[in-house]
Amino acid sequence: MAVTAAGRPAVDLGEPGGWRRAKNRLAVGAMWFAFLCMLVPLGFVLAGVIIKGASVITWQFLTSSTIPPNVLPANIGGMGPAVVGTLEITAFAAVIAIPLGVLGAVYLNEYGGNRPLARLISFMSDVMTGVPSIVMGLFIFTVWVIPHGLTGYSGMAGSFALACLMLPIVIRSSYEMLRLVPDSLREGSYALGATKARVTLTVVLPAAAGGIVSGALLAVARAAGETAPLLFTIGFALTTNANLFSGANTALSTQIFDNVLQPYTGAVDRGWGAALTLIVIAFIFMLAARIVTARFARYSR
Amino acid sequence: MSATIQADPAGPAGSASGLSLRRPFGDRAFQVTALVSGLLVLAILVLIAVTMSQQSTTWFTTEGWSGIFSVDWDPAHGKFGAMSFVYGTVVVSLIAIIIAYPVSMGVALLLNEVVPRRWAQPIVYAIDLLAVVPSVVWGLWGFAVLIPWLQTTIYPHVASAVNGIWILGNLFGFLNGNYVSGASFFTAGVILAIMITPIVTSVSREVIATVPAADKEGAYALGATRWEMIRGVVWPHSQTGIVGATLLGLGRAMGETIVVALVMGSAPVITSHLFTPGYAMPGVIANQFGEATVGVFRAALIGMGVLLFLLTIIINLSARAIVGRNARRMRGAA
Repeated sequence: MAVTAAGRPAVDLGEPGGWRRAKNRLAVGAMWFAFLCMLVPLGFVLAGVIIKGASVITWQFLTSSTIPPNVLPANIGGMGPAVVGTLEITAFAAVIAIPLGVLGAVYLNEYGGNRPLARLISFMSDVMTGVPSIVMGLFIFTVWVIPHGLTGYSGMAGSFALACLMLPIVIRSSYEMLRLVPDSLREGSYALGATKARVTLTVVLPAAAGGIVSGALLAVARAAGETAPLLFTIGFALTTNANLFSGANTALSTQIFDNVLQPYTGAVDRGWGAALTLIVIAFIFMLAARIVTARFARYSR
Repeated sequence: MSATIQADPAGPAGSASGLSLRRPFGDRAFQVTALVSGLLVLAILVLIAVTMSQQSTTWFTTEGWSGIFSVDWDPAHGKFGAMSFVYGTVVVSLIAIIIAYPVSMGVALLLNEVVPRRWAQPIVYAIDLLAVVPSVVWGLWGFAVLIPWLQTTIYPHVASAVNGIWILGNLFGFLNGNYVSGASFFTAGVILAIMITPIVTSVSREVIATVPAADKEGAYALGATRWEMIRGVVWPHSQTGIVGATLLGLGRAMGETIVVALVMGSAPVITSHLFTPGYAMPGVIANQFGEATVGVFRAALIGMGVLLFLLTIIINLSARAIVGRNARRMRGAA
């Protein structure tokens, strides 16, 4: 190493030169390229759905009470029954899965601690998030539709399948939020003589509410777009069925799946309209989750 | 009082304080309700395995092991071999993970090590947006837009370029001289890759975020470039966790139904040519379940659901174990 007149080793503090710098730039460039690779298909699919879907969607498309035969052009009738079906099936799934999921998370964080049973449940609920949605559909088919015969097909059976899908997601996100609640809050309430249930319900859960709600909304957004769990559970219907508990039902996702392969342009166009409607519904839930998260972050600061 | 709380977490207003002799009924009822909700997860997983296996027993008894793992799928003549669907599922998810892995790694590193926090947020929004596009919309877009484009403008050119070349010709070349199809293994793999990128990215990102800042700063202090720091510090630290993230993506790709039902061409064949139609397990279940009202046909489709369940459970168990072990190791290191 070169030594300067003062006796100290000369340190090169400039940018690394030549090949090392080029390699670094190349690597960072590759990362931006990877991001571009992710963005391009997203842009194409959104643009495609908006362009093809927007030309079909009218007020009548969203509210008509019957889905017309496939041969009819897209300006006749609409997807009203599927809109109603998607909303009611997803809503009932949320009503089942969110309370159970939050309670499960309460068990894991407030009661389970480090016990083997709690660790097992926590681990298996992570594993359950990876169970394919089609398996949930087949599961509800075997335990609900087969025993009930033809009357087993209903919106409720679809809700059961979606709830199975949402449950582990809600548990995971609620658990992460409960873990963030500081112990001093719990201890303060215990010091006042409150029971564990009271502390959990009136202190811990309200403190974590923002995060729990936003996690649940993300789970709803994902469930609303699911097709496979509904294929074998809700049956087949072309008219609005507001009764969730009896009679076959329909949903936007399953309608799109049916319409894609139709040889008639009217049916395919209605499929694009349904796709845009479905994406908008999912985005609304995602946006709501974002807003809740932002509010919550400001509140806790 | 606080010592009592810690000694008996289940009964904070416990008897030691003398304030109350036993926990009120409501308190215990709440605990039991919470426990039951937690146990529901285990109950559902066990029920899935048991009830679906029961419904598929006739498939196993009539076909036997050799029948199940034959390539012969012909419901009209009572032949229910699942091998070509298993092959399709494995091939398609491997294509998906091979494409998704470098993209996810790049985006995860970009988010953690390159862009400032302020800019990272819009990128995260884009990932979330990608994650929330429903699978059936990808299927619709793939079927109506991507397939025709690939079939006319991409695949024929690629195939004629590599035709006859060793291995490449077998994978991407023409079948029987001049045949390629837009609906194929490769198309399904590409769309699945797009769909699993968000999950692989977000898990990898969490793994990379556990790399201790002191180690990274040490590398910079030694004069390393950003890339040298990533190679020397981030990579060795997060290798196992990223393997876990990749396995999670693989599990997702295997179970995705609608895309493989729509864009794969629905042909139960085993071939090395990736630009030709194939069939995957979730695809055949979704497409043919309506016709399979009773008997061995339905048992076979539910049986494939059981195979799919076991396959994804095994992959997810190992993935979660790897990610969890990595997280614990990092906490120890930091």
